[in-house]
Amino acid sequence: MSGYNFAYLDEQTKRMIRRAILKAVAIPGHQIPFGSREMPLPYGWGTGGIQVTASILGPPDVLKVIDQGADDTTNAVSIRRFFARTAGVATTTRTVDATIIQTRHRIPETPLHEGQILVYQVPLPEPMARLEPSRAETTRMHGLQEYGLMHVKLYEDIARYGRVANSYDFPVMVNGRYLMSPSPIPAFDNPKLHMSPALQLFGAGREKRIYAVPPYTAVRSLDFDDHPFRAGRAPGICALCGADDSYLDEVVTDDQGTRMFVCSDTDYCNERAAAAAIQGNAA
Amino acid sequence: MSDALLSARGLGLTFGPITALDEVHADLWPGEVLAVVGESGSGKTTLLNVLSGRMAPDAGTVWYRDPARHLHDLHAMPAPQLRALHRSDWGFVHQNPRDSLRMRVSAGGNVGERLMAQGIRHYGDIRAAAQDWLAQVEIDPARIDDLPHTFSGGMLQRLQIARTLVTHPRLVFMDEPTGGLDVSVQARLLDLIRTLVTRLGIAVVLVTHDIAVARLLAGRLLVMQGGRVIESGLTDQVLDDPQHPYTQLLVSSVLSA
Repeated sequence: MSGYNFAYLDEQTKRMIRRAILKAVAIPGHQIPFGSREMPLPYGWGTGGIQVTASILGPPDVLKVIDQGADDTTNAVSIRRFFARTAGVATTTRTVDATIIQTRHRIPETPLHEGQILVYQVPLPEPMARLEPSRAETTRMHGLQEYGLMHVKLYEDIARYGRVANSYDFPVMVNGRYLMSPSPIPAFDNPKLHMSPALQLFGAGREKRIYAVPPYTAVRSLDFDDHPFRAGRAPGICALCGADDSYLDEVVTDDQGTRMFVCSDTDYCNERAAAAAIQGNAA
Repeated sequence: MSDALLSARGLGLTFGPITALDEVHADLWPGEVLAVVGESGSGKTTLLNVLSGRMAPDAGTVWYRDPARHLHDLHAMPAPQLRALHRSDWGFVHQNPRDSLRMRVSAGGNVGERLMAQGIRHYGDIRAAAQDWLAQVEIDPARIDDLPHTFSGGMLQRLQIARTLVTHPRLVFMDEPTGGLDVSVQARLLDLIRTLVTRLGIAVVLVTHDIAVARLLAGRLLVMQGGRVIESGLTDQVLDDPQHPYTQLLVSSVLSA
């Protein structure tokens, strides 16, 4: 597209963001401030993730964008088309083919491999924001590794509900040092953060923070010794592909209360359905 | 001062034209209760803030002896160390319990916070400790999951004490712990503080304007006026035979019941 630099952002901005990313990778889980730019879409629609993607995107890259696991929702389609037009890069919906995956609220079911980069859109980078309103104070708590407060929250949940009530954005300790918000991914996805072979970058546009989990970094979900972390999942199997190990969305199909479970990861579901069809034809 | 837990030497602090502290010396030995009395604006609370490291003096030094008997200059201590001290070996009881309690967190969570801050990660243990401490401060352990705003003023103050003592601190700073409570609740609270402090052997720096509170709890007394310590000594000695005219005035101004 003429009139715009490659991947929309100007080169100086990309350099600034890359410096923040390098810093973030050097200190896993630590939030690095950066000069977030105005983007041609509102805050909350993925401005942080888009800026990170724009800064790391190169002509040979293959981009996949998912929103709640799906490749075909408005947000995913728009962002994918945005980069196809401003950078002319190839796009895909297949997890295995992508070199960069921008995501909102999910980690793909298909295991990631080395060389891939997962870019998260983050609304609230500070895991203690709801407990301690002062940014200066939370920064100090991170600096001194004072994370008792987060456990007070978990304690309260167990005392009131018998279990930790967060089913998404479940706080994690990265590399045994920094407390980190994994963005609003379901707690079901938290174990996939741990020792992932892919580089994971987190961009928060409104809050102007970037953080990262480098490949093969230990990521532990917070818990108590006698109340260990458990990844929750709707009890059911996917109505389309029959998967019993994937994260499920519940879909209401009529006004009579009929509902079905389907995989939230559309690529995973399609691949499984296609493989089953081939097997069916062969037999 | 060889065994003193806390020693202040030549403390001075001014706020513009106001002298808050002027050449203040104080020593606190392990297990003793030291009361600081005086009228409003005499520098009591400032002294407490300087002694606890929450405020830096213009002049003078506060020495603190840790459990391993090493001496530390409190105001030269790195912030992480000082904060760790406040979380474990020390405690602070505020006049208004709402200043230190988390009002949106249950009583159990409030008591357990310092344990969790120390890295205890066993829910059952934390809960057991919270129940035990609620019982020790005479709050029904069945109320462990209730929010503090359902508690009365006296219960809130006792909850704050439980929350502070749960880590077995050696030194507790108290700023008017009975202020704002009615007389009968005050009496019960004083009784509770006295029992706990004696049983656990905690050293206390107690700031109060109430001579009766000082007489009941404290072994030694500092009388402050205009940022100076004008008289100090054993509580009974100072109160029964005050030497300084101001102390005489202060003692004689107490309404006898």
